[in-house]
Amino acid sequence: MSALLSVSELQKSFGAVVVADASSFDVAQGEAVGILGPNGAGKTSLFNLITGSLRPDGGAIRFEGRDITSASAAARCKMGVARSFQIPQPFVGMTVFENALVGATQGAGLPAAEAEAHALDVLHETGLFAKANMRAGSLSLLERKRLELARALAAKPKLLLLDEIAGGLTDAECGALIDTIKRIHAKGTTIIWIEHVVHALMAVVERLIVIDFGRKIAEGEPKAIMESAEVKEIYLGIAADG
Amino acid sequence: MSTRIARSTPGARAAMVIAALGLIVLAAAPWWAGRADMRLLGEIYLYLSLAVLWNLMAGYAGLVSVGQQAYVGFGGYMLFALTMFAGLHPILAILLGGVLAAAISVPIAALIFRLKGAYFAIGTWVMAEVFRLSFAQASSLGGGSGSSLPVDVVRSLADSRSGREALSYWLALGAAVTVMACVYLFLRSRRGLALTAIRDSEVAAAGLGINIWRTKLEVYVVTSAFTAIIGGLIFLQKLRISPDAAFSVNDWTAFVIFIVVIGGIGTLEGPIIGTILFFLLRETLADLGTIYLIVLGLVAIVIMLKAPKGVWGLIRSRFDLELFPLSYRVRTDAPDKGA
Ligand SMILES: Nc1ncnc2c1ncn2[C@@H]1O[C@H](COP(=O)(O)OP(=O)(O)OP(=O)(O)O)[C@@H](O)[C@H]1O
Ligand SMILES: [Mg+2]
Repeated sequence: MSALLSVSELQKSFGAVVVADASSFDVAQGEAVGILGPNGAGKTSLFNLITGSLRPDGGAIRFEGRDITSASAAARCKMGVARSFQIPQPFVGMTVFENALVGATQGAGLPAAEAEAHALDVLHETGLFAKANMRAGSLSLLERKRLELARALAAKPKLLLLDEIAGGLTDAECGALIDTIKRIHAKGTTIIWIEHVVHALMAVVERLIVIDFGRKIAEGEPKAIMESAEVKEIYLGIAADG
Repeated sequence: MSTRIARSTPGARAAMVIAALGLIVLAAAPWWAGRADMRLLGEIYLYLSLAVLWNLMAGYAGLVSVGQQAYVGFGGYMLFALTMFAGLHPILAILLGGVLAAAISVPIAALIFRLKGAYFAIGTWVMAEVFRLSFAQASSLGGGSGSSLPVDVVRSLADSRSGREALSYWLALGAAVTVMACVYLFLRSRRGLALTAIRDSEVAAAGLGINIWRTKLEVYVVTSAFTAIIGGLIFLQKLRISPDAAFSVNDWTAFVIFIVVIGGIGTLEGPIIGTILFFLLRETLADLGTIYLIVLGLVAIVIMLKAPKGVWGLIRSRFDLELFPLSYRVRTDAPDKGA
């Protein structure tokens, strides 16, 4: 089976800080992959490299078999890669609905009426419909994170990259979020999810990749990975959550 | 329960009606206003246009230029050059000046777009200085001391002086209405939505499929072309041009930035409020000489500290008002209660 996303020998450093050190992995069409790693391991940087907001120093990124290493962020979105930002980047002066509409008209390239209908759908899906007319600048942090998810979904991605969207939720909210992501996945969207809330991740993903100092240190079936000695060592403090 | 998207509000519809009525009254100014008042109104329209254009470029596209006087002066000089040497009608010369400005703005953009933030601002100013020095070299246009529009060119507009004044008044009014309408319709379109997204977060906009560089280039070229046309109209009113007047950073950029910042940058209403405030201040303080500039500076500082989003930002945070219906409102029509 050919990979939807294929990352090979990716290299990136900021001065002495290495955020990607010869990372290679494939993600198959329809898969849900989790990414774990301590703070500063280079997880968000990996997303920046995949989406094109950061240029690698070396290595290659392929999407649907095409080399996209030098494609712009906008072009990658149009091909079907969308992400949520760990630090939310809402369009603060626009309403929640308009934020989603940007994804639907630009990323997904839908004509006006379809774009509006799709934007409404994702607001329902993410539980933001009641806030549709509010300015994004007046949302709380948790709502902003949900808006990140809504906006990315509005772009109709084939590959959805989620960066820590479950932090700070109550158990009930977290359960609802897990259901939402499972639904998105069940519709065929491929997902890569960075998350410190391990039990949420375990409920969704089929495979785990563990990163430390920009290097892939473990990869495989989630349960087996969580029980491996290396991961236990890194996650001594955090694993209690899982 | 059904959901629909509305793009107009009762407030905005009322504003449109009032604006249309106001426009009729203003268009009739040659019949009710004196010569001096008409000149002042014409100047207000042209400043409003410059402010709306600068706001689109800096407030939305994030291109904080302090060198738009390059295009004001260029448009002015094209009016003089194309009428004097190519024998064009002044109105045609002004329009062609806009086209030429668009053409030269492309290579300039290729150069200055490599600069970021403060360096971009400095780059635009250096460009404007290059323009000023180049036109000061043109001896056929009077070199450093400038020249006046020849009498036969002026006559070609209208035979009588009052006819000419009415025409240049209507041209200024027409230009302001055209600029406002174009910017409004653009911001209302799907590409306007993309530009508004860029205003709020470039990194998120790029991640959602918006080509930032191309959008900025388009905005820069279009605003530069319109700015040159406004420049042509400014010097059609003045009938005299010189490098220092044409490429004045004070007149065509500092005052314009003042207008946009006190009115509310990144909104369509801001430049209108700002223009009104600027001219109110100027007309009441004009007798004070240099103190007038100090007061302007103080007003700008106080507003930037107390209301960083300008007077319109202040109004908008209190009342959810919108004079130009740009927003999309999601409306749910609930079925009859108890049904
Ligand atoms: N643009 C940048 N310039 C310089 N250093 C950067 C830049 N972006 C990230 N870094 C550094 O690279 C390292 C990895 O950052 P990254 O955000 O990828 O970590 P992360 O794994 O997402 O961490 P967290 O779990 O805290 O989100 C950090 O030390 C960070 O300070
Ligand atoms: Mg991170």
